[in-house]
Amino acid sequence: MAEARKTESLRDAYGNALVDLGGKDPKLVVLDADLSGSTRTQLFGKKFPDRFFNVGVMEPTMVTIAAGLALGGRTVFASTFAVFAAGHSYNMIRQSVCYNHANVKIVATHGGLLVGPDGGTHQMLEDIGLMRGLPGMTVVVPADAPTTRSAILALAEVYGPAYVRLTRENLPTVTDGSFEIGRANELRPGSDLTIVALGALVARALDVAEELHKVGVEVRILDAASVKPFDEAAVLRAARDTGALLVLEEHTVETGVGSLIAATTAENYPVPVRRVGVPDVFGESGEGWALMDRFGLSEGRIMEEAWELLRARGKVH
Amino acid sequence: MADEVSSARIAELERTAREMRREIIRMTRAAGSGHPGGSLSVTDLLAALVFQEMKLDPARVDWPDRDRLVLSKGHAAPALYAALALRGFLPREELRTLRQLGSRLQGHVDRNKLAAIEASTGCLGQGIGMAVGMALDARLARRSNRVYTIIGDGECQSGPTWEALMAGGHYALGNFVVLLDRNGYETDGSTESIMGIEPIVDKFRAFRYHTLDIDGHDFGQILNALAAARAVTDRPTAIVARTVKGKGVSFMEGTHVYHGKAPTAAEAEKALAELGVPP
Repeated sequence: MAEARKTESLRDAYGNALVDLGGKDPKLVVLDADLSGSTRTQLFGKKFPDRFFNVGVMEPTMVTIAAGLALGGRTVFASTFAVFAAGHSYNMIRQSVCYNHANVKIVATHGGLLVGPDGGTHQMLEDIGLMRGLPGMTVVVPADAPTTRSAILALAEVYGPAYVRLTRENLPTVTDGSFEIGRANELRPGSDLTIVALGALVARALDVAEELHKVGVEVRILDAASVKPFDEAAVLRAARDTGALLVLEEHTVETGVGSLIAATTAENYPVPVRRVGVPDVFGESGEGWALMDRFGLSEGRIMEEAWELLRARGKVH
Repeated sequence: MADEVSSARIAELERTAREMRREIIRMTRAAGSGHPGGSLSVTDLLAALVFQEMKLDPARVDWPDRDRLVLSKGHAAPALYAALALRGFLPREELRTLRQLGSRLQGHVDRNKLAAIEASTGCLGQGIGMAVGMALDARLARRSNRVYTIIGDGECQSGPTWEALMAGGHYALGNFVVLLDRNGYETDGSTESIMGIEPIVDKFRAFRYHTLDIDGHDFGQILNALAAARAVTDRPTAIVARTVKGKGVSFMEGTHVYHGKAPTAAEAEKALAELGVPP
């Protein structure tokens, strides 16, 4: 399935969105920390050199400088890899951006296992948990290039801190790009089971749903691109309608969206929830999709988890 | 220029600084916690900035052309609150609410509680980076305002401080002034016994700063340095202000003990007596 879809670069979508935003808002500035070719902020930098600051390898201070620029009334985008943003610069994001309530959008590329050969040091698997724990932070994890574009444009319109996690790999285009902060998009209807997925795993969720459809099981797919604010209503609706939830994320299960959904349903409408994410370990070198399989995010494993939930629900025997 | 500042004006600034010091003692005493040592050492720098050097208007805290001050050593909040209160940015009575539930006067300065604060700080090594961002913003917007940041000497052990300094030097921010409150002490003891920062003047110079080494309790020297900073427009200025921790209160001077410890009632009484009864 995935092979048949058109794949596109989320990073290109980001860089191109920045160029469009830069043309519209003469006060918008962009920062990067020596990875502008990889993050694609370079596209903005070439077009608007006066409003582009490549600060070199000082990610924490990229964030504080971004906050200072933002307090002057600017919309500021700052990019680096997820591990250097949410990881290395966590306390700067916490204090200089969130505590100050500065209008800084951190767009972190290279989140998750799909970073691949660079290995476990660079495969950021804890960022969503860290960022969604920050008061006032908006967290978005787009599944494809069209959502990346619309999310960047939407975030630029709204004052306040934001964290966007992008994937290094090109990903299949699975949405029409409709994105709304605080809304989970239903990409496929279904009443037997709901799979909530984010980022690169949305395409995989759709593949699993297609396979199950062949045997008469209808799986609802929710794209949880808006991690914070989270679409609690859509998740609880899915819990009521389908009775079980399977959550897929390229992130540690300890603090990810699966934990959030488990807590939300436990408090409001308890149903069986299975969290499929990276167990409590670091990644390692390898080809990105092979790592996904290695760390428990294979299509086979997802299918097994789905069947288990369906059996538990009495939908199949 | 500083030489235009009359001796009468300097005497007035000295009186203001003494009043600030009394308020620092009173408010940390009332709060029962806080950082008097580093507040007393930075008082004269703040008085020179807030009452003489900076373009400020208490009636217009969002005036775009105002000069910016980021207190990167955010734990010296009592000193900044005292300066802002005496300058008319907040009612003086409010100083007694320091660190209390519901107060605008947080333990470390908070811009979302008190509008006169330019940037919320507290965790070290961050305010200076925000100040670099503000100086870049002013340059991009072609505004003439200047950006000042006050850092502590313990803060000079923090890596991001040097990142921010490197950025200020790289961008040749002529509108940016770093003042180092070089009082010699941090929480656990003297900076040089814990993690030495000397030769600090050489370090600032190496980071491309127009660097001045002054007595941070001499208003003539402080105002001269700030004027010299204004005259240099092709690079930022660093002012190493040699200060005394706990300045003005004999038993708080030259020790780390009152870095993060408020005076007892008896100590406060003694301190206020030393600082003179207000007229």
